[in-house]
Amino acid sequence: MITAERKPIEDLINSVSSCRRILLLGCNECVTVCSAGGRKEVALLSSALQMHFMKEGKPFEIKEITLERQCDPEYVEELVPHIDSADAVLSMACGCGVQEVARRFKDKVVLPAVNTKFMGASERQGVWAERCAGCGDCVLGMTGGVCPIARCSKQLLNGPCGGSTKGKCEVDPDIDCAWQLIWDRLKALGMTEKYEENIPAKDWRTGRGAGPRKIVREDLAS
Amino acid sequence: MKTESTLEKILVSGQLAVTSECGPPRGALPDKVREKAEMLRGCVDAVNVTDNQTAMVRMSSLSACIIIKQMGLNPLLQMVTRDRNRLAMQSEVLGAYAHGIDNMLCLSGDHPHFGDHPAAASVHDLDSIQAVDMVRKMRDEGLFQGGQKIDGPPKMFIGAAANPFADPFELRVARLAKKVKAGVDFIQTQCIYNVDKFEKWMEGIVDRGLHEKVYILAGITPMKSVGMAKYMKNKVPGMDVPDELIKRIAGVPKENQAEEGIKMCLETIERLKNVKGVAGFHIMAIE
Ligand code: SF4
Ligand code: SF4
Repeated sequence: MITAERKPIEDLINSVSSCRRILLLGCNECVTVCSAGGRKEVALLSSALQMHFMKEGKPFEIKEITLERQCDPEYVEELVPHIDSADAVLSMACGCGVQEVARRFKDKVVLPAVNTKFMGASERQGVWAERCAGCGDCVLGMTGGVCPIARCSKQLLNGPCGGSTKGKCEVDPDIDCAWQLIWDRLKALGMTEKYEENIPAKDWRTGRGAGPRKIVREDLAS
Repeated sequence: MKTESTLEKILVSGQLAVTSECGPPRGALPDKVREKAEMLRGCVDAVNVTDNQTAMVRMSSLSACIIIKQMGLNPLLQMVTRDRNRLAMQSEVLGAYAHGIDNMLCLSGDHPHFGDHPAAASVHDLDSIQAVDMVRKMRDEGLFQGGQKIDGPPKMFIGAAANPFADPFELRVARLAKKVKAGVDFIQTQCIYNVDKFEKWMEGIVDRGLHEKVYILAGITPMKSVGMAKYMKNKVPGMDVPDELIKRIAGVPKENQAEEGIKMCLETIERLKNVKGVAGFHIMAIE
């Protein structure tokens, strides 16, 4: 999933302080799963903002809507009856959702309420960790199912570097060394000979190297 | 011989080679480079010039190499993949060779987290193994990494680093084998304090016959004090400093500790001279 974290409340107060009526938007997908911008977080942020502006004696109205998927034009369309009554939209979706709303409603200010972080997985209750950097040419088959690009601090395709210590990365003892994980997996799978195959220089064009990317499925595209 | 490099000549002749390093200054004063390099005149076969070592900004390795070359010494260009993409690395190699610099070392580099610009983005377009492969291809095939022909290929004597003490230990010979496969000519190792472990690693190298394909220069760094020894043990990632060594240096009075450190290095060098596969020494005197 795409993970995100809500921005600090002071920043959010600042960002909407010139507005009287805002539309606070949640999303029912990834940001709900990572507890950053689902229905529940929308309700919490809404009360925090209302409380703040009430204390300041400032008129402030907020409308809460949580869309099924904010990165999908079909659902964004549901905002049509509500958009005009708002001075600005504060979106708790990931950056994709924020941009989709901004694209649809050209004359509306759309503000991000979360910092979109990474594509990751849940490690345990309340902990999410980065897993994929979207390089566009997956090498997991060569690396025992552990991504060296997203999970090695130096994105080494032929690691580990000389800083790997007791399974941890030189950058931070809280980070597992990706290449230790890769090696452990290759061993468990009886595929240690894979390790000595040098992985050639990556063609970053499949990633961000060739500018913003697009997928066009001729069979589906209308 | 693959190159005209003096370092290669010495290694091919079977004599023990000695290299050392000169960290460029944190400013634009060329005399600082000269002062430091002068200390190495007549003592070493090549002078490694570090590349933004420990992720701190310094005068560029190439510029300092040129100054050292002009002094009649033999510089060795270090290059980290952290700061440059493949275009910048290749142009740097061409520039270096045009100035008569024909030794280099390909490294991934310390993470910016450790340096004075922790907010910097790392490049890592290539890793060190891919960088070795690229420079070898430039030399042996006369081709850029992208496949186009080079008009006047640079004939670099290509080195890389190895840390026998990092984890997992069982991978350390295999990782060297990957560097050999990529075409590395010589290796300079991490500072050796745990000589037993180093010897074990060398056994693995010799067992696989890798010592016949690559020259291994054993890394030596004198300890200046017990404080430095403890710092190296606890703070430097991938460094293996045995307790006995700390005990020994702690056992002499403070004013004699540096001397004791040198004594220990000499003992290590004497011992390593007899280890099969050791082709020389890389002496890193840390300021
Ligand atoms: S190799 Fe690329 S696509 Fe595969 S997990 Fe890593 S970043 Fe994602
Ligand atoms: S310690 Fe491991 S994860 Fe960290 S940079 Fe080195 S190889 Fe990558």
